Amino acid sequence: MPTYSASEISSLGGDRETALIAGDGGLQFVNKLRFSITGIGAGLAWLAFGLSCLRWPDIGDWPRTEAVAYTAFAIAGGIAIATTAQAALGKFGDGVQRRAPWLFALGVFLTLWELATAKFGWLPLPFFPPPQSIVEVYTDDLPKLLDSAFASVKLQLGGYFIGAVVGFLTGVSIGWSRLAGYWVHPILRFIGPLPATAWLPIAFFTFPSAWSASTFLIALATGFPVTVLTWSGVASVSTAYYDVARTLGAKPSFLVTKVAIPAALPHVFVGLFMGLGASFAVLVVAEMIGVKAGLGFYLQWAQGWASYNNMYAALIVMSLLCSGAITLLFKVRDRLLVWQKGVVKW
Amino acid sequence: MLDRPTTIAPDILEVSDVGKIYQASNGPVEALRSVNLTIRKGEFVCLLGASGCGKSTLLRIVAGFETATMGSVTMYGFPVDKPGPDRGMVFQDYALFPWLTVRDNIGFGPKHRRLATKLVSELTDKFMAMVGLTAFADRYPHQLSGGMKQRVAIARVLSNDTDVLLMDEPFGALDALTRSKLQEELVEIWRTTGLTVIFVTHSVEEAVMLADRVIVMSAGPGRIDCEIEVDLPRPRDVASPEFNALRREVTQKLTSHIAGSRGKAADS
Ligand SMILES: Nc1ncnc2c1ncn2[C@@H]1O[C@H](COP(=O)(O)OP(=O)(O)OP(=O)(O)O)[C@@H](O)[C@H]1O
Ligand SMILES: [Mg+2]
Repeated sequence: MPTYSASEISSLGGDRETALIAGDGGLQFVNKLRFSITGIGAGLAWLAFGLSCLRWPDIGDWPRTEAVAYTAFAIAGGIAIATTAQAALGKFGDGVQRRAPWLFALGVFLTLWELATAKFGWLPLPFFPPPQSIVEVYTDDLPKLLDSAFASVKLQLGGYFIGAVVGFLTGVSIGWSRLAGYWVHPILRFIGPLPATAWLPIAFFTFPSAWSASTFLIALATGFPVTVLTWSGVASVSTAYYDVARTLGAKPSFLVTKVAIPAALPHVFVGLFMGLGASFAVLVVAEMIGVKAGLGFYLQWAQGWASYNNMYAALIVMSLLCSGAITLLFKVRDRLLVWQKGVVKW
Repeated sequence: MLDRPTTIAPDILEVSDVGKIYQASNGPVEALRSVNLTIRKGEFVCLLGASGCGKSTLLRIVAGFETATMGSVTMYGFPVDKPGPDRGMVFQDYALFPWLTVRDNIGFGPKHRRLATKLVSELTDKFMAMVGLTAFADRYPHQLSGGMKQRVAIARVLSNDTDVLLMDEPFGALDALTRSKLQEELVEIWRTTGLTVIFVTHSVEEAVMLADRVIVMSAGPGRIDCEIEVDLPRPRDVASPEFNALRREVTQKLTSHIAGSRGKAADS
């Protein structure tokens, strides 16, 4: 039976050996404790961040410095405990352990950032706010930020949904019907490549509200790639599938719904991804220019007041939302396209 | 019905005077010329011929994918003008629906005939068992070997209550061992179901192994050159002298036509 000394274990960050020693539960738990170098390192990095907040006086007026420092200490302790008791904590412990190198890097980055901005002013100040001033936005300006995020999500969801549905239906019909292709294809070629933002001035004049104009533009930006890729997906379906389906007695409507669309789905998702990216861009521009709400508007407003910490805070929220949307789309795709081999994991 | 000797079985399919001209970009291609063929119910017929002699074309016309330029195909006396569930096709490259599991591929036909859900799953289970894939019911095609894929393709046609099974070099892409295993299974299925099979191949051995009747085709333009009855009892033994005699005879017929068509091509 192998025995492990502490030094052997600590040389392997991710050692997950579970000691199965018969005896009382306490002993068993103690035997599950393993020091992990990366875990301790990450804890120390966050500790350093907290200390760097307290060690030197701020060169500006930031009320959240102490709170940030104590939060950093708590995080440092949490990381150290979670990685040490990893075996006992199950999935959560594993998750923290796996992310320990990243947590370490993050701690180091925050420490350097803190020093370079709040303490020694190596970076010019209004443009590079310290961490505590960004945290301050989340604690003091949260309602406004949440309102903005909510407005953005609402606008984006509506426009994207309309664009995706219309694009999908258009793509299927021009891929399937010669007549639809004849009439829609030239229009698509004429209008599609135009950046949706080029429509901004016209859209804001012709639509009854800035909100409906923006919804239209987001739908347009989404619709074009979805249409083109759905169309190419439907057009590239192997004729053998149609042949088989017809010998199995499928009617034309079945050929569309049960053969053409499932076979084209991988292409459709590429279109949906491209549309998502394009629509984010339109969303932000539309909010900055016309809609008086949303994260784009918040950014614009913060810039007007030269409050760069608000801008960074909004950017972080925006990035989380966009990334979340893409993750969601990947999740949907992974569910629908389990039959495809070798799909990319996001 | 099954004990009735095949010689007096009714005709099921009649190909009369069929010709096919493809309009290719570099001018018309005559793929078939005055092909006449009668298939009896329950018969196992192999179409044998060199590459390009129009075997696939003939099969696709029978299936209803292509229309004959001349002549007609009738089934039970009714003209064939479009694909239908009475004529099921199995392709060399399987053409399984990659987005459906084994079970759903096999159940595709019954489901689309709007049979009751219970009946669909009964049919599916029955034919899945017949081709020995019950354990792989929930796999997707990309997770199957070539032999398994072809089994699924066969079961997919069978579950659809087909009368005539059309097979275009179905085992061409398989290794020798899998191929002979599937040949055995196919013969077994054919015997138990009373199907009519039209099987395209360019392997003489495969044709003699499987068929009641081998139809030898020749190219330039594609036509039927002769028919050879295979009267050997099943299961057939590849090593037996009778089998080899027949194989030699068929090979001779085949090569003489190839030589003949070459000669003609040189003349013109
Ligand atoms: N869609 C098409 N357009 C033009 N010519 C075609 C087409 N399909 C087949 N042909 C031609 O018709 C002839 C017969 O083709 P076919 O595919 O029926 O031959 P085959 O006997 O099945 O050959 P193989 O054993 O290689 O599959 C060939 O000369 C081929 O080039
Ligand atoms: Mg062929």
